[in-house]
Amino acid sequence: MLELVTTRHNPLVDPSLHIWGWEIPVYLFLGGWVAGCMVLSGWLMRRGRAPGQGSVAYVLPWVGIVLLSLGMGALFLDLEHKLYVWRMYLTLRPTSPMSWGGWILILVYPVMALAALAAIPRDLLSGWPSLAAFAERLRAGRSLRLLGTVSIASGIALGIYTGILLSSLGARPLWASAVLGPLFLVSGLSTGAAFAHMIARDPEEESSLLRADILFLVTELALIALFLIGHLTSGAQHAHAVALLLGGPYTAVFWVFVVGLGIVVPLVIQSLMASHRIGHTVIAPLLVMAGGLALRIVIVAAGQYSHWIVP
Amino acid sequence: MARFGMVIDTRKCVGCMDCVIACKTENDVPDGHCRDWIGQRLQGTMPDLRLTITSERCNHCDRPPCVTCCPTGASHVHDFGKVVLVDHDKCIGCKACLAACPYDARFVHPDGYADKCTFCIHRVEKGLAPACVSVCPTHSMYFGDLDDPDSEVSRLIASRRHFVLKPDAGTQPRIFYLE
Amino acid sequence: MAHLSRRRFLKIAGFSAGAAAIAGGGTRTLQAMATRGPAGETRTVPTSCDLCFWKCNAIAHVRDGRLWKITGNPADPLSRGRLCPRGTGGIGAHFDPSRLHAPLIRRQARGEEVWAEVTWDEALGYVADRMQKIKATYGPEAVALFAHGIGGAFLKHTLKAYGGVNIAAPSFAQCRGPRDVGFELTFGEGIGSPERTDIANARCLVLIGSHLGENMHNTQVQEFAEAIANGASIIVADPRFSIAASKARHYLPVKPGTDLALLLAWMNVLVTEGLYDKAYVEQFGFGFENFAAEIATRTPEWAYPETGIPPELIRETAREMARHRPATLVHPGRHTTWYGDDAQRARAIALLNALLGSWGRKGGFYYPSSMDVPGYPYPAYPKSERGKVDNPEHKFPFASEAITTGIREATISGKPYPIKGWLVYATNLVQALPAQEETIKAIQNLDLMVVVDVVPSEIAGWADVVLPETVYLERYDDLNVELFRDPFVALRQPVVPPPGDQKPNWWIARELAVKLGLGAYYPWKDIEEYLDHRLKAAGHSLAELKQVGIVKGAKPPRYFDEGVATEFATPSGKIEFYSSQLAAAGFDPVPRYTRPVEGPPGSFRLLYGRAPVHTFSRTQTNPILQDAMSENEVWVNASVGARMGLRSGDYVTLRNQDGVVSNRVKARVTEAIRPDCVFMVHGFGHTARGLRGAYGRGASDSQLITRYVTDPLMGGTGTNVNFVTIEAGA
Ligand SMILES: Nc1nc2c(c(=O)[nH]1)N[C@H]1C(S)=C(S)[C@@H](COP(=O)(O)OP(=O)(O)OC[C@H]3O[C@@H](n4cnc5c(=O)[nH]c(N)nc54)[C@H](O)[C@@H]3O)O[C@H]1N2
Ligand SMILES: Nc1nc2c(c(=O)[nH]1)N[C@H]1C(S)=C(S)[C@@H](COP(=O)(O)OP(=O)(O)OC[C@H]3O[C@@H](n4cnc5c(=O)[nH]c(N)nc54)[C@H](O)[C@@H]3O)O[C@H]1N2
Ligand code: SF4
Ligand code: SF4
Ligand code: SF4
Ligand code: SF4
Ligand code: SF4
Ligand SMILES: [Mo]
Repeated sequence: MLELVTTRHNPLVDPSLHIWGWEIPVYLFLGGWVAGCMVLSGWLMRRGRAPGQGSVAYVLPWVGIVLLSLGMGALFLDLEHKLYVWRMYLTLRPTSPMSWGGWILILVYPVMALAALAAIPRDLLSGWPSLAAFAERLRAGRSLRLLGTVSIASGIALGIYTGILLSSLGARPLWASAVLGPLFLVSGLSTGAAFAHMIARDPEEESSLLRADILFLVTELALIALFLIGHLTSGAQHAHAVALLLGGPYTAVFWVFVVGLGIVVPLVIQSLMASHRIGHTVIAPLLVMAGGLALRIVIVAAGQYSHWIVP
Repeated sequence: MARFGMVIDTRKCVGCMDCVIACKTENDVPDGHCRDWIGQRLQGTMPDLRLTITSERCNHCDRPPCVTCCPTGASHVHDFGKVVLVDHDKCIGCKACLAACPYDARFVHPDGYADKCTFCIHRVEKGLAPACVSVCPTHSMYFGDLDDPDSEVSRLIASRRHFVLKPDAGTQPRIFYLE
Repeated sequence: MAHLSRRRFLKIAGFSAGAAAIAGGGTRTLQAMATRGPAGETRTVPTSCDLCFWKCNAIAHVRDGRLWKITGNPADPLSRGRLCPRGTGGIGAHFDPSRLHAPLIRRQARGEEVWAEVTWDEALGYVADRMQKIKATYGPEAVALFAHGIGGAFLKHTLKAYGGVNIAAPSFAQCRGPRDVGFELTFGEGIGSPERTDIANARCLVLIGSHLGENMHNTQVQEFAEAIANGASIIVADPRFSIAASKARHYLPVKPGTDLALLLAWMNVLVTEGLYDKAYVEQFGFGFENFAAEIATRTPEWAYPETGIPPELIRETAREMARHRPATLVHPGRHTTWYGDDAQRARAIALLNALLGSWGRKGGFYYPSSMDVPGYPYPAYPKSERGKVDNPEHKFPFASEAITTGIREATISGKPYPIKGWLVYATNLVQALPAQEETIKAIQNLDLMVVVDVVPSEIAGWADVVLPETVYLERYDDLNVELFRDPFVALRQPVVPPPGDQKPNWWIARELAVKLGLGAYYPWKDIEEYLDHRLKAAGHSLAELKQVGIVKGAKPPRYFDEGVATEFATPSGKIEFYSSQLAAAGFDPVPRYTRPVEGPPGSFRLLYGRAPVHTFSRTQTNPILQDAMSENEVWVNASVGARMGLRSGDYVTLRNQDGVVSNRVKARVTEAIRPDCVFMVHGFGHTARGLRGAYGRGASDSQLITRYVTDPLMGGTGTNVNFVTIEAGA
């Protein structure tokens, strides 16, 4: 028999860590979604989608700016020392994913702003001739392709970062997994793709985005499997942590909301949609997006709950 | 360069919490919060029982993840004694360091910054022992320079069996418990 | 100053010269950065701690006019520069949000806690008026005083001047009475407080229940740690795996209430194996043959079924004690009012020590001494014809102090004469005395009930008049001239002003005396004059004590081999292995074991004790100590917990043999207690509504102690005789 007693009673820390409530999962979810938007928009740009033809490639940056602002709002709400937030931008800490994150957030704004600018119809900019001229130059094929590449690259950085932010915190064994970065990236991509095919008006674009989302969802399932197996095979700390998802307090939510309703069910529906056995429905993409949020919520909560056990 | 650490004798420690209470008054630790605490670990079955009592706090790790994860540099290793400190005015309260510490040694001060044990650096710089060390009624706590082989702490570590908490968390803690 | 000099610290911490140089640089860096340690103007005031009766001497630190912290006075042999956790958290007494601020007079029925604030003049006028009436009708003896602690000194003086004789504290019949009586009967001297135990020098230390480390009487705990560090062999008998037990080489999970059997078996081994100190016994002992004959049948095999301790373990531990004698200290305990046969158990402990030759020897019991500080020359007190009520006709022939519960009984019965007024100073009689119903019944018989307290405690809730006292950090008290290893005289002095209209006890006692027309008994104008007068008579002065807090006398001889006279104030002038006093009074001259009464089937014996961060029922509203521990738990054996489906942290209620149900309390399901008993920390489960953060938190052992067995020798109330069942899902 082993009995452990502690006299510690710090709020947010005891009896188990719960420093991060809804704000951080929402921020990570929105960040991932934005990453998805950027990658897909960049991909479409590189595939030659020009502004003014109703492509989602030029809607996504606008959406991304709004979502990212909401996400940063959530992050800001989480800070305990809000007035000092500017301190983050006095330094770049190479060892701190939180620090890179802060900078990545700042850097993706201009990228999205450029894509958004390219999408603004000419006559709306008539009052600002130099801006209009700049937008015109952006719309040139080569710059669009370059912008697409930059957009994909920053989207990937943003997407991976949302996972690394957690996985760098080795004290929480559930988070300590190299798969978390790719997982969050792919989840962000699928959220973005689901959103994109939901709002796409061009049928061809819709169907390629739908197929992309199917690919992302399958990849996500594979990464989740890797994530679980990786933990199960990495020693007591990890096995103990992953037990939270495999027979612990977070098992039901994880399997029902993240895997079942968030991936498997929409995957089936979307496959049926792709093979035209059923018509297009917004239910599937909404489930995918909800699943993306559920993934962040479960991983953030269970990860805080997981701790460095003393055998 | 000094590298401060603590040695705590679990044979003498009675788990009385004097160290906890002294820290509270010395450092104005707000009600409902604590920088140090007592852990008790009981093993075995009646009557063959073994109790290990540990007075715990920030370990001022040699490899402190709380410092590497800090986005602002608020968490830092101080020159004097390599003590891990938080600069309140740089801290944005993102709590990454709380999540990064395997010992859960940190908490959010009601004023919004991450707080934890400072090894009572304000006392040490005056040549005093940390408050917890100075009150311990059983004289179970020792403080000093781990880099000085002649210091009491170094000698105790060299001469007695000891352990650290969660060694495989990889942080290289600097509080040593004598068995 | 409490601070170590820097040079000395550098030596202690083993800093290199280089590090010291950096320390200087560190200062600037730290000031430049905003990593704040506390800053501000500080001053220090030496005073003494009052969080318990050990009265350690301390140094209070005030920063920017606000009480900051309190540390031990390095000059003090009690604290040796380090306070216990309660002492360290003592400043919380000053900040306690529950404090009483002004005198109160009851406005509704007793116990309903409805008051009106009045002036001191009105409150004391009311008290004096009622006291005069009681004196006129029933005589001055009809007003009794319960006072615990040094702060009661002046009220005692006032009451004696008034003609009162009935003065008692729970420290005798609810605490150490049996122990002191058991030792007085054996060695002719009691143990006293602080205990005369030479723990630091013991090579073998035997603890019967005494849970040092939870019981935080400071010097004892410090010496306990020293003994551990010195490799002393520690033997602990306790039904619970206490902190002390965790330090023991031999832990004996004795069945509750059977210690006397264990003690007799130990003595049997020492005698039959010839391991005892023969020379010592021969030289100082009386009646050894009778004693040896009496215990001849008390073998370890006999004790085994009683105590549950295997015979081999009893033998092994007895031999261990013998191996280290005379530096083997069988600790006499302190709170010894357990089963009603306690004075005899204490006597057995005394005899075991006698066999080991530890009395008067290094590592055993030293001879304490105190400084010669004359009392203040007061007029003589009036003489009483009627004597005291607490022990009529010497029903308890060996009671050496007044019995609280005896006064309570007289208050209920009106015999031998009526008691009509209670003055209560710093003792929460509702929590401290067993059988709360009886206490309340007694109070209902009173014409006057006055409580001097610092918070609206349970006992204050029953008062007609509540007088708010300043806490120890805000007042002078009488000088502390204690019997101890080193003689000393120490001062308690105010550190900060009180936050409201609270007054110190000396002022209250003096004003009351004046109102009673007894001003002649207070020839001094204020306490400073009084203290200075006494100190001058001892060759010191108040000015000096205010500076240093404590003055020590010359080091006295402490052991027989240092020149202490080998005199024993017993009838035989020797250590009484056989007590003719006891025989003459009709008691066992050599202790005899009787089996403790068992509880109803399925019930658990209720045991209780201390937590290091609280003192009885008096510290639960101290915000610092409350933060360290805000409620108690009931310890339940793991197998019992498993059977009941209980887990640590689950709330349960306890129901005792008389149907009294406790407040809800967290279970601590643990291997660290026998399956036949449960354990709680005393002092929680407050029922007084004004006790913020403490009201209704945890459960009260006192509430469940509806039964007690009175020690026939000395009137102590054995209270480990209650049984509870556990009801889950509270
Ligand atoms: N059930 C049970 N009963 C016990 C014990 C037990 O363990 N369990 N222990 C027994 C023992 S060993 C002892 S010694 C006694 C102790 O018994 P008490 O000395 O009566 O102890 P407390 O219950 O703490 O009550 C102290 C009262 O004094 C008040 N007080 C505190 N400080 C001051 C002050 O500065 N001035 C004034 N005027 N009042 C103050 C407190 O508010 C409280 O009301 O209890 C005995 N009774
Ligand atoms: N922190 C703190 N320290 C204190 C006090 C305080 O209030 N707080 N009060 C002080 C005072 S006045 C006193 S009197 C002392 C009291 O402290 P002690 O004299 O040490 O009191 P005990 O009654 O011996 O302590 C209870 C212990 O006895 C065990 N026990 C219970 N029944 C039996 C039994 O039948 N046999 C045996 N062998 N053990 C048994 C319990 O499990 C528990 O471990 O503490 C003093 N020190
Ligand atoms: S003050 Fe000393 S004895 Fe008490 S808990 Fe802390 S380290 Fe242990
Ligand atoms: S114990 Fe925690 S807070 Fe302290 S240095 Fe190590 S990781 Fe950082
Ligand atoms: S909470 Fe403060 S100290 Fe901790 S990582 Fe964030 S900024 Fe750094
Ligand atoms: S070293 Fe100072 S800050 Fe750290 S736990 Fe001890 S008293 Fe508190
Ligand atoms: S033992 Fe503790 S509470 Fe009692 S007087 Fe000493 S320091 Fe104060
Ligand atoms: Mo006591």
